[in-house]
This record gives sequence, C-alpha cells and structure tokens, in this order.
Amino acid sequence: MQLIPCPWCGPREEAEFHYGGQAHVAYPEDPSALSDEEWAQYVFFRENPSGPFAERWSHSAGCRRWFNAVRDTRTHDLIAVYRAGEPMPEVIS
Amino acid sequence: MTVSPLFAWTDRLAALPVNASERPFLSQLTVRASDPAAIAAMGAVLGVGFPAVPCTFTAGSGEFGDVEVLWLGPDEFLVVAAPDLQIPIEEALRGALGSARGSVVDTSAQRTTVVLEGPHVRDVLAHGCSVDLHPSAAPAGTCVQTLLARTGVILLVTGADSVTLLVRSSVAEYLAAWLSDACVEYQT
Amino acid sequence: MNFRKPTGGAIDRNTVLRFTFNGQLLTGHPGDTLASALLANGVHEVGSSVKLGRPRGIVAAGSEDPTSLVQIETPYSEPMLLATTVELFDGLEARGLAGQGRLSPEPDPARYDAKHEHCDVLVVGAGPAGLVAALTAARSGARVVLVDEQNQAGGALLGVDEYLDDRPSAEWVADIVAELKTTPGVLVLERTTAFGMYQDGFVLALQKRTDHLGFAAPASVARQRVWRIRTKQTVLATGAHERPVVFANNDRPGIMLASSARTFLHRYGVLPGSRAVVFTTNDSAYCAAIDLAESGVDIPLIVDARPEAPARLATECAARGIEVRAGHVVTGTEGSSRVTDVHVAPLGDGHPDTVVCDTLLVSGGWNPVVSLFSQARGKLRYDSSLGAFVPGEELASVRVAGSATGELDLNACARQGRDAGAAAVVAAGFTPGGQVPLPVSDSRCTQRTGLVLWRVPGDEDASFVDLQRDATVTDVLRATGAGLRSLEHIKRYTTIGTAHDQGKTSGMIAAGIVAEALGVELADQRPTTFRPPYTSVSFAALAGRDRGELHDPVRVTAIHRWHVAHGALFENVAQWKRPWYYPRDGEDLHAAVLRECRATRESVGMMDGSTLGKIDVQGRDAGKFLDMLYTNMMSTLKVGRIRYGVMCGVDGMVIDDGTVIRVGEERFLVTTTTGNAAKILDWMEEWLQTEWPHLDVHCTSVTEHWATIPLVGPKSRDVLAAVAPSLDVSNEAFEFMTWHDTRVAGVPARVCRISFSGELAYEINVTAWHGLAVWEALMEAGSPYGITPYGTETMHVLRAEKGYPIIGQETDATVTPQDLGMSWAVSKKKPDFIGKRSFSRAENLRTDRKQLVGLLPVDPNVLLPEGSQIVETDRLPEPPVRMLGHVTSSYPSAALGRTFALALVRSGHERVGETLYVPVEDALVPVTVTESVLYDKEGARRDG
Ligand SMILES: [Zn+2]
Repeated sequence: MQLIPCPWCGPREEAEFHYGGQAHVAYPEDPSALSDEEWAQYVFFRENPSGPFAERWSHSAGCRRWFNAVRDTRTHDLIAVYRAGEPMPEVIS
Repeated sequence: MTVSPLFAWTDRLAALPVNASERPFLSQLTVRASDPAAIAAMGAVLGVGFPAVPCTFTAGSGEFGDVEVLWLGPDEFLVVAAPDLQIPIEEALRGALGSARGSVVDTSAQRTTVVLEGPHVRDVLAHGCSVDLHPSAAPAGTCVQTLLARTGVILLVTGADSVTLLVRSSVAEYLAAWLSDACVEYQT
Repeated sequence: MNFRKPTGGAIDRNTVLRFTFNGQLLTGHPGDTLASALLANGVHEVGSSVKLGRPRGIVAAGSEDPTSLVQIETPYSEPMLLATTVELFDGLEARGLAGQGRLSPEPDPARYDAKHEHCDVLVVGAGPAGLVAALTAARSGARVVLVDEQNQAGGALLGVDEYLDDRPSAEWVADIVAELKTTPGVLVLERTTAFGMYQDGFVLALQKRTDHLGFAAPASVARQRVWRIRTKQTVLATGAHERPVVFANNDRPGIMLASSARTFLHRYGVLPGSRAVVFTTNDSAYCAAIDLAESGVDIPLIVDARPEAPARLATECAARGIEVRAGHVVTGTEGSSRVTDVHVAPLGDGHPDTVVCDTLLVSGGWNPVVSLFSQARGKLRYDSSLGAFVPGEELASVRVAGSATGELDLNACARQGRDAGAAAVVAAGFTPGGQVPLPVSDSRCTQRTGLVLWRVPGDEDASFVDLQRDATVTDVLRATGAGLRSLEHIKRYTTIGTAHDQGKTSGMIAAGIVAEALGVELADQRPTTFRPPYTSVSFAALAGRDRGELHDPVRVTAIHRWHVAHGALFENVAQWKRPWYYPRDGEDLHAAVLRECRATRESVGMMDGSTLGKIDVQGRDAGKFLDMLYTNMMSTLKVGRIRYGVMCGVDGMVIDDGTVIRVGEERFLVTTTTGNAAKILDWMEEWLQTEWPHLDVHCTSVTEHWATIPLVGPKSRDVLAAVAPSLDVSNEAFEFMTWHDTRVAGVPARVCRISFSGELAYEINVTAWHGLAVWEALMEAGSPYGITPYGTETMHVLRAEKGYPIIGQETDATVTPQDLGMSWAVSKKKPDFIGKRSFSRAENLRTDRKQLVGLLPVDPNVLLPEGSQIVETDRLPEPPVRMLGHVTSSYPSAALGRTFALALVRSGHERVGETLYVPVEDALVPVTVTESVLYDKEGARRDG
C-alpha cells in the first residue's frame, strides 16, 4: 500500500485517493473551434511515458482536494506533489 | 418524533470496552470559505476561531454554547454544536460570511457522532484505521478524514483516551457492527 | 519405534499430546511440531507427490520444507499446511496429502482480523542478528517492532546446542527478549511471518495467534491476524536456508537437509533415524554429523564433494568412528517408502559403492533469505563463493543483517545486526542508546564457503529440482533445449518455484542448472522475481473481519427498519439496501409487483427514495456552472421550479440524470442516481478545482441529511393534503415541476411535484431524523386509499412503461442523449457544455447508432430475458450473426395488460413498426418495435 503525500493532509494510504489521469490537459478554450481530430486528441489521447509523468490525484477519502503529482511510471515513486494551479516542479528522472 | 441512526444500538455500544455512545441530533453545518476575513468573522460569531492547521479542530464556547470547528479541507469546515441550533447558527454564519465567496449548508442529519473512551480506543481503531493514532502522531486536537474499516469517517482525537467519530448516517450501523466485532477481544 | 531422545530439546516431556495422523493414533509433547512428532514416532513418509505419486517425507525443519504437506481435519479443516510449521496440540487430526488438499465445504467458524501498526524500526527475524538489531534500536527510544515466524526467538540458535559467552545460547536469547518486552514502545510478535514488503515501508505480516492452542483456542480471539506495519526503517535479519544437492532419486523419505536434522535433534530431542549417511559440499554438515553421532545415531560415512575434507573436523569425525570420503558424491538412492541404500562414487567418475542407511542428510550450502529484500526492490548480486544470490546494494530504508547477507559466523552476524540497528535508528531520527555487547560463539562449523555443486550427474528423470512440483533436471533441460534462456520463462515452463514454498530450496539450484546448461555465468543471470507472500497466507486471513455482514458496508436509510418489519425483500444498489418489493402472503415477485403497480396507478403508492444522491450547489456562478454540467439550460430556471437534466462526459455519453431544484437565486439542489452520488460530486469538484477555480460555486453532499419519499398515484394529492394542512395542493397552486416548503406531519418539509411514473406524484423531503415518523404518518393518512408501499422493481416497471431510462440499465457509457430520444433535453442555445462538441463528431452522427425503443413481444405473455440479443431475421443465418442490440429492461405490465421491454437497437428510431427477433433459448421470439413511451403517451395522468 503506497503512501501518497496529500499536499494538505500529508502522507496517506493510496486507498484514500482517486486517480485522475494526466495533469495539465486543459479543457479547450472554445471546443467548437476545434476540428474533430483536435477534439478527439483532447478527449481520448493521453501521454504514456516511461519515466516521470505529471498526473492528477484526488484525496477523495480525505480533504477531497485535487492535486498534481509527478510519478515515475517505472517505479511508482512519487517524485513531487503540488497543489492544483501550481506549475509542475522541475524533476530529474 | 425523531430517530437517530444508532438509536437501536445504545445498549450494545455502551457495553463495549470502548464505552461507545452516540451523540445524536447535533447541529452540524458545512462551511466553505477561504477569505481570511470571512473566516475570522465566522469564528467570532461562534466564539471559536476556525482551525488554521490542516487535520485539526478547534473548540470553544460562545453565543451558541460549546462549538467545535473541524478542518475538512483548505476551504471546508464542519461546525458542530448542541442540538436544535442549526437554524440560528446557519443564519449567524451567513451573516458573518457576508458577500465573501463561500457557502453554509445544514448537514446536521448527514452524519451522526459516536464517542469512544477508554484505554482500548486506539487499539480498537487500529484494527481498521491506517492513520497512526499514537499520541505522538495524533495528539488531542487532531481531526482526520480517513477510512475506518471500509467506510469513511471524520476522526477527532479529543483526549488521551478519547476519540469522536463522525460517520455518514447510512453507514452508522455498519460502523457500529464493525466496532462491536473489533472490540470482542478487548471484552473482559 | 521411538526416535525421541531421553533428554534434550525445548519440549515438555511431562505432558503427552495425542494426535492422529493418517488414522494412526500417535503421541508427542508440547513444543513439538507435527513434523517433529511424526519423526519421533519414526514416520518419515508424509504424503505423495502431485504428479508422479512418489512417496515424500520431511526435507526441512521449517517453512522452507518443500514436501510435508498435510491436511488438518480437526479441530478445523484446513488444507496444504506444512507439518514442519504446525505446532502440535492434543487432539490434532491430520493426514498427508498427495500434493494438493481440498477446501472444506463447511464455513470456517474462526475469527480473523487485521491491525495497523506504525513504527520507526521494524526488525524481521529474531535470530542473533535480529535480536541485536532490535535491542540496539529499542535502546534508542524508537518505536520498534520485532517479528519472527517461530514460536520463540532464537532463529538458527534454536537448532544447535552451542554456547554464547560460555552459557547456553537460550539464556542469551532470553535476556534480550526480556529487555525488549519490557522496553516501552517495543512490540515483539512471535509466530508472525513478514510475508510481503511493499513501497514506503509497508510490510504485511501474518500472526498465527491461536492455531497452536488447538481445541483450547478461545473463540473470541482472532485465530490469525494480518499486521499492516508501516515503518520508517527496516532491518531484515531473515537468515539463510540450507540448500540441497540434486542427484538421482533424491526425493525419498528419509532424505533430509543436514541442518534440519540437527534442529530436530536439539530443538525437539528427535533423531532422524538409526543410521545416517551425510552428503555435503561444505563444513556445516559435519556439526550435524558429530552431534547426531554423539546422540547415538550411527553415522557410517560423510561424503564430501570437496577434494579435501576439512582437517580439524575430519579428525573429530575419525575420533567418533565416522568415515569421511572427500572428492565423492551421492549418485543415487534406493528404497520405496524410505531410503534404504545410498550410492556413493568419486566426483567425476568411478565405481559406485553402496552404503546401507535409513537416513541421508544433505547440505549443498546456504541460500540467504532475500525474498523481502528483493520485494523491497533491492537488487541482488550473485556470490560465486556462496553459490547464491545475496543483497547487492544498500537501500535507503532497508538494511540486511546476519546470514541473510551470506555471513555465517555468529559474531559477525550479531555485529551486522548491531550496525544495522544503529544505522536504522539514526536514519529514523534517533540517537543510539547503550551499546549491545556482541556474543562469542563456540561453534565449529562457520566456514562460509564450500563447493558450489548444483547436481550430481545421473538419471535426470529422477533427479528432482522442485520436489513439490515433481520438476526434474529433465524438465529444466527440456526448457533450455527449447530455447528458453530467461529464468522467469523457465520458471513458468517448468513450474519450478511456484508451489507453496515458492522455491525456497529449489530456485537457486534451478538457476544453477540452467546456467550450466546454457554455459553462462550466474552473475549475468537475473534471478526470478520474489513476490509476496513469502509463505502461504489463507484467504480468510487476508479477508480479516471483512466478511459476512461486514464484508462490505451496508447502507440503510432512516426508514429501513420499517421496511424490514413489513417484510420487504431487498435489492443491493451500490452499497445501499433498497426495498425491492413487499410480498404479501404467498406472493412471488411478479404477483407482488403487479399488485404494487396497479395500486399505485389506480390509487396511491409510496416508496423510500432516500438513497437518491443530493448535492447542494451554492454561489454566484452556480447557474453558470450547472449550465456547463448539464446538457440543458439550468441558469434560466426560476426559483421555486424544478427541471430534469442530463449530464454527459466530454465524450458526449450520458453519465447521469436527475432533477435540479432552484432553491434561491444563488442556490440549487441537484439529485443524482443512487449509485452515482459520490461520483457526480467528485465530477463537480474535479471541474471546479481543476478547470474553473474562478467560479464562485461550492458543492456539498446532503444525500443523507434528507429522507425522500415519493408519493405517487391519482390519490396522492388527497394523502398529501391530509398530512400537510397548511399546503395548497391544488393543481393551480402547486404546479408540476415546482416545489414548496411546508410542514408535513408536523415537521419542516420540502415537497417537490415531480414524477418518475407519469402519475400525479409528490416527493416529500424531511431531515433523515424525521423520515420514519413522516413515512408512518403517510401510511396512516393513505390507509383510506389503500396506500401501498412499493419497491425498486415496481418503480422500474412504472418508469419503463413511460419509457424513462435508468442510467446504468438503459445506458452503458456508449449512449448519448440523442440515442435515448432525449434531444429535447439538449440545449441548442448554450455555446458550450460538457459533451456538446462530441455530439457533432462523425461517430455521433451515424444513423445506425443503437437507440432506445420499446419492444412488444407478439405473444403478450412472453417475457424477454433482460440482456437478450436482437436479430433481424426469423431464422438465424450462418455465424457471424449480426446483432442489432439488446434488451435493457423487460417486465410484465399491469397497466398494459401484457409484457413489454425497452431495448437499444441499431437505427432503432427508424425501425418503429418493424418486427425483429429475440433469441430466447432455442426459439426466435418475434417482437414489434415501438416508441419507448408505452403508457399514457399524451401525459394525461400527470395532473391527477
Ligand atoms: Zn488531503
């Protein structure tokens, strides 16, 4: 059972969290201006890197805050967590 | 006539080695606010400052008697007071919130409250709670939202050997059944 | 015959325990394992092998044993336990297994539980290294947990009669344990196996708490407990397992690891046999041979594969009349249920010699127990002098000490323990306290290295690598011959290491044989991944108390007790118990539902709708926010009014529906389906927190604050009027899709005029505390009209007759509002809302999408099974058959006087009037496609 450090509550067991997929995928400013392909990119396509990956987590059984985490997909190690709205910190893979 | 979620459990809870008892019908208001002035104003009308530190609660006394304010999130609090005060407290909080961003919602019947006391409290809870409740890690004043057994709770450490649980009304009987089972080994 | 020594061993000879093995009544003593008691009675053959049915005995003294699988019959039935790890108790009944056991059909009456424990330093293993590590940590004031799988501390010391600091080692162990147990903040757990090590210092350990008590086990105590330990630092002092050597017919009962025989001797006072040959590649077996010889076992020969025997030990052997033959190996054995002869030959070639014996003791060196270290992602390194994988790196929070590192000298092991304990407490933020003195041992057999020998050439079909899996050298060579090179692949091909013992004695040898066969260096081979659990863990232990009524939280409404008292049967909806129907005497589901439907449509019915999700949405931007979430316009809703809405994902697929009540200018109350309440609140928070934090909106769940009672049917107005005297219930004053705050049965209530049945209906909301009282008041007020409580099944029928979909039943995340015929609920005016852009994707515009329609079986008595497929022709063509869709809901209808169904059908909206076919068992049932609304199409009943 991995510990995930909620930026508000501190480390808690991963069972308290929900995964929210890739971070920093903004809802398009004007969806109607997008081609079908561009819209499909937003709806269906996500990165799947081997290495550090910025993703969203929600502390659903705790403070219910969404936050971002950089996770190394090779080890599951959480390299950094940061609050929603904050920029992704520099990480060394 | 009012019925609390654990009314049928009173005797069974009292017989547990953690001296469990329901505190039914407490006034509970969920407050969302992040403006420091508004938060200070709301604390002022209750006579108790809102908790500034995550995962803690504050307690005090004022116009509405004894009041506890629980930190639930960076802009979310639960105000807990004696029964039948939810309407005046809601009005007072709305007044204090003023035009600041936020909300006040009466959630009094959303959860019920179970008080546990005695030397076995931490042991019993450790059967289902992954948060470290050792006094060095969770001193009195701690307020965590976490999982106990297979359901969510708000857990307040109120003293050396006393813990208060707030649990959603629909799962209160499940939690009571779980507590009873977890207590079996501590029964003398 | 009795193989118990008259003295010695940590057993209580004054107490006799009776037990039954394979129907035979035998005796043993407290302190015995089932294995030691069997050996004391001369029983070596325990069971037979899984594939070949060959007799199998007891190879080791502990959890590494590959063969002694038994089934416990009483006091509880449990399969696949090792005789070497079952503590003996009076009345035990067991039998040997032919490789596998059987689960009991009886419910397991025992209790199981779990407990979380947090510590600064966890020490795994209470041998010399672990004890010193734990005491070093404890003296620093850290929170320390020490776990050990044995019933007493001591580790390898339990199996020898050596002295530490000139006194019996047991005294040294007892002193340390006593100090640990009296140090505050230290938890010592015996009979506790750390079986899994995970990220962030998370270790799972299984404690067997009452198994050893047998019939005396108190029913109130959890039989086994899974400790969920979260530690900052870990010291692994997990020891080492002796490794056998593979040779022809190496699997006969009576063939045992040399150190295990020594353990049986010293710990249990049991001799392995009368005449034992010893086959070794290293020094340690000499101590076993000498100890056994001194206890009266005839040791005719030590076969040492090394070219030179160790001089000092050989001299000691000579003094005891033990012949030592260096440069020799065991090439095979004879015997059926027990070894009777051993073939000995020079290593390489030469004529074999046969020696008569009843026991063959084997030592091929030592495998450090690196399972947990490897699970903690520690890299392993091949130590060629040891012939084993050892910890190959330092980890930040996991240290290894003692023979788990490959070190075999006791003093050095204890020093490693002390160093590891001190480093761990420093890393955890403490200062080491008083230094623990290191003991000095009088052991003579601590030479670390020997000859690395995996196997002796011979009959490869009978040279067993994994005794439990009946996997032989032939199997390994077949794998390498087939081109497999990776140990992981070979493990799966041969199944070596996949049995209960997880290859504790076989894995390293298999790797060695593979390397030899491939002509590669083991140092270049990657060992197979060690995975939890280290030893077998029962599902019951893993489930803990999460079974029976505590298996999953049961959620109940404030009115639940009434439903139970009135005979409701319940349906599980998410975690909720919802009344399904209320059968009266002799009624089955269909009869009860037809009655409930008829009563509701003809007079008045009511149900408990409290499980509906309810979310309070407040703030200046609440309307704007809901406009983005719902497909239709919510911001234009007037205070006092209600609107039905549909929510979609960004892909345009329906995720939920419900009503939206405008409570105030800046306040709404939205409802969700029962199963989606938490999901939709999360969905709202996700958008608010991650996309639109600038919006002034806050959402709060009030699901359980309110009890919700739909009051339904043409007489509902009269019933409401009776309980809400201050409310003007007239159609003009209380319009459809409006709400009023009032008092119902004397308590504050919000009454909404909404309908999910097409009938005149009200939804009464009161705080949950008042739910039961208001329900009872409604029952009483409705009794003149025969008010009928109904459950989810009737609710489903009533709404299906009106063609209202249920999210999750008619939809499955591939269905759009348009597919449901709900284009009317999709705003054309709003510039954007979630899902809108997807509606114009080519895929969404296809005319052959599956669309919601009604189906009327041509035979009005035929009930289509839900989930049935739908085809186009009255005869099935050759496969593949084109499926047009499936039946989503199907019921008999009192109102329609016939059966009907809802279905998702390709181009369904264009097919109204067509005849399609539904395969039901062997027949193709003809059905007519209709619009989804089947009852009261003009909506005449809505106003009563
Ligand atoms: Zn949190």
